[in-house]
Amino acid sequence: MDKNYVPDKENLVEVNDLKMYFPVKTGLFTRTPLKAVDGVSFAIKPGETLGLVGESGCGKTTVGRAVIRLYTPTDGDLFFDGKRIDSQSIGSMRKDMQMVFQDPYSSLNPRMTVEDIIGEPLDVHKLYANAKERREKVLHLMELVGLNAEHATRYVHEFSGGQRQRIGIARALATNPRFIICDEAVSALDVSIQAQVINMFEELQEKLGVAYLFIAHDLLVVHHISDRIAVMYLGRMVETADADELNNNPMHPYTQSLLSAVPYPDPEIAKSRKRIILEGDVPSPLHMPSGCAFRTRCKYATEQCAQECPKLTDRGNGHLVACWNK
Amino acid sequence: MAENILSVQDLHTSFHTDNGEVMAVNGVNFNLAAGKILGIVGESGSGKSVTAYSIMQILEKNGAIKSGKILYKGEDITKWPEQKMRDFRGKCCSIIFQDPMTSLNPVFTVGFQLEEAIRLHTERRGKEAERRAIEMLELVGVNEPEKRIRQYPYELSGGMRQRVMIAMALACEPDILIADEPTTALDVTIQAQILELMQSLQKKLGMAIIMVTHDLGVIAQMADEIIVMYGGRVCERGTAEDIFYHPCHEYTKGLLRSIPNVDRIGQKLEPISGTPINLLNMPKGCAFCPRCDAAMKICLEEQPPEVRTMDGHLVSCWAHIREEIDAGLITVQG
Ligand SMILES: Nc1ncnc2c1ncn2[C@@H]1O[C@H](COP(=O)(O)OP(=O)(O)OP(=O)(O)O)[C@@H](O)[C@H]1O
Ligand SMILES: Nc1ncnc2c1ncn2[C@@H]1O[C@H](COP(=O)(O)OP(=O)(O)OP(=O)(O)O)[C@@H](O)[C@H]1O
Ligand SMILES: [Mg+2]
Ligand SMILES: [Mg+2]
Repeated sequence: MDKNYVPDKENLVEVNDLKMYFPVKTGLFTRTPLKAVDGVSFAIKPGETLGLVGESGCGKTTVGRAVIRLYTPTDGDLFFDGKRIDSQSIGSMRKDMQMVFQDPYSSLNPRMTVEDIIGEPLDVHKLYANAKERREKVLHLMELVGLNAEHATRYVHEFSGGQRQRIGIARALATNPRFIICDEAVSALDVSIQAQVINMFEELQEKLGVAYLFIAHDLLVVHHISDRIAVMYLGRMVETADADELNNNPMHPYTQSLLSAVPYPDPEIAKSRKRIILEGDVPSPLHMPSGCAFRTRCKYATEQCAQECPKLTDRGNGHLVACWNK
Repeated sequence: MAENILSVQDLHTSFHTDNGEVMAVNGVNFNLAAGKILGIVGESGSGKSVTAYSIMQILEKNGAIKSGKILYKGEDITKWPEQKMRDFRGKCCSIIFQDPMTSLNPVFTVGFQLEEAIRLHTERRGKEAERRAIEMLELVGVNEPEKRIRQYPYELSGGMRQRVMIAMALACEPDILIADEPTTALDVTIQAQILELMQSLQKKLGMAIIMVTHDLGVIAQMADEIIVMYGGRVCERGTAEDIFYHPCHEYTKGLLRSIPNVDRIGQKLEPISGTPINLLNMPKGCAFCPRCDAAMKICLEEQPPEVRTMDGHLVSCWAHIREEIDAGLITVQG
């Protein structure tokens, strides 16, 4: 932690050199730190959307959970609205910072009705005058995400995957937060409802200046919604750029392979397209390769890559890449 | 024509709730040919998972198959006793659940759960089961599987849990694999790897796959045939090319229009307007009618029959029938 770090006033959220290690049992008595996030920095302005993509297990959810302090970070400086996020300040920030969780089922209480699940944050922050107003607010939130009013009295297990996900979204919206972390928030929705929810996110942004950290694996969606996109690989950031720039001109070899693997919604193109298949095994965060973590699967890898981890450097127009050879 | 390994005929499944009967599946028909991949797409809540659970007969306590047949190699399995169904699950047909956390037990390590599935459905025991578990995890791209089998589900990322589920379903080499949103939590490179693994098993073992997903890119790449569901019914079915290039049902057309398009970045997405139907109160006519731009009077009153289109796929839509009549392609009596 850097006590003297001064965040930029323009940023709503600022993360500097975040590290999150988990002790993992590797033997009977031994524990090894699993470096889920290993030095990640980013900033989000009010009304801005940062897309976060990367390989499964690279630490995206962990970043989100550390920002809202569901985890206590191993190291790093986190700021919200210019104030340091720590165990004391977080209480007063909760109303303004919400997260839509990746796993809707395990994050929703199975013994509560949908009305109470969505109403709970309203209760906690005392955001209504009477029972009637609470109900109206809940029904309005349900309508926003395309759920029927009849659903209000039902329990989570009675819902389909996509309906559960929308309950989670409605709950996160309840307190009118200024910053929302969407962790695979639309992944279980069909494209039509997905379009509806994304339009709603964008409208909230236009009207109220809500900022998003949008974690998703669907790159078409991420490209659509994000102003900037950050690409992670094994706990580190390897590339960030404006959304269009990243899509048109990916520089990091990992980003290139990622974009080439996007399944395209057209049978002829999808069945005939050439994907850049990554060679080699996915390294484990328990045994990180020396130097650049991607080098074990990279066709451009050289001596230097094994020795030193490349830093993000600006290649013009705020396009940052961490690679020795690109 | 290849033989159908599975044939679902006029399936109706509903749930009993305090508010009334939730009609989740209302007359679903489809065939799955041996060794082929059938894609199911459709609105969230349209009964895709419930159809899958009906085939496996693993519905929640408040739900039941009301009518219809499910033929596995010609035998109606809805008539099978539970004992026989237990063998069916796993050996003949396995399922990858949409929600990995609900099917992984939080208090056991993933290795224990994988090995148990392997012991239950194959001849492998002891060390051999463990070896198989590790091998399967490796196949689905989980790094250091020897270590991962000692971990608990909560210690894995969302995508890893999903891959543990996939490993579990594939370990038993079933005739039919039902994959319910199998790759929603996976990044595209691992998704590509998993899809390739499924395709190779499908070729090697002649495994048939029912692939439920809302990811139309995945469907486009994988599916031989596609069924499109809305409100517990199949509104259109045909080959992948039929559905993507010549959609006839208004719902299918709307779905395809909602896909984010790289050429239209910066523009608003185009969802289908209107709200989803209420399954407690199913309309008499076409379920999609209240949201359909082409709706006519008859759509409100009568369910459209399934008819064959020009290119040979099947669609249930009055507006389509009307078009064909207007074009003089079909004639009506009376
Ligand atoms: N509570 C925990 N205890 C131990 N290890 C953990 C814990 N939570 C996460 N990890 C590990 O940290 C790494 C990053 O996990 P994380 O869930 O952040 O990945 P992710 O990028 O969100 O992946 P996905 O796209 O699959 O959801 C993984 O190797 C995971 O096993
Ligand atoms: N146990 C239950 N009790 C009452 N209703 C239920 C139950 N299980 C499912 N339903 C309802 O049945 C309908 C169909 O659900 P199903 O899970 O099959 O949808 P789906 O097509 O898989 O959707 P998704 O794409 O969101 O997963 C939904 O409207 C759901 O609310
Ligand atoms: Mg995650
Ligand atoms: Mg489902």
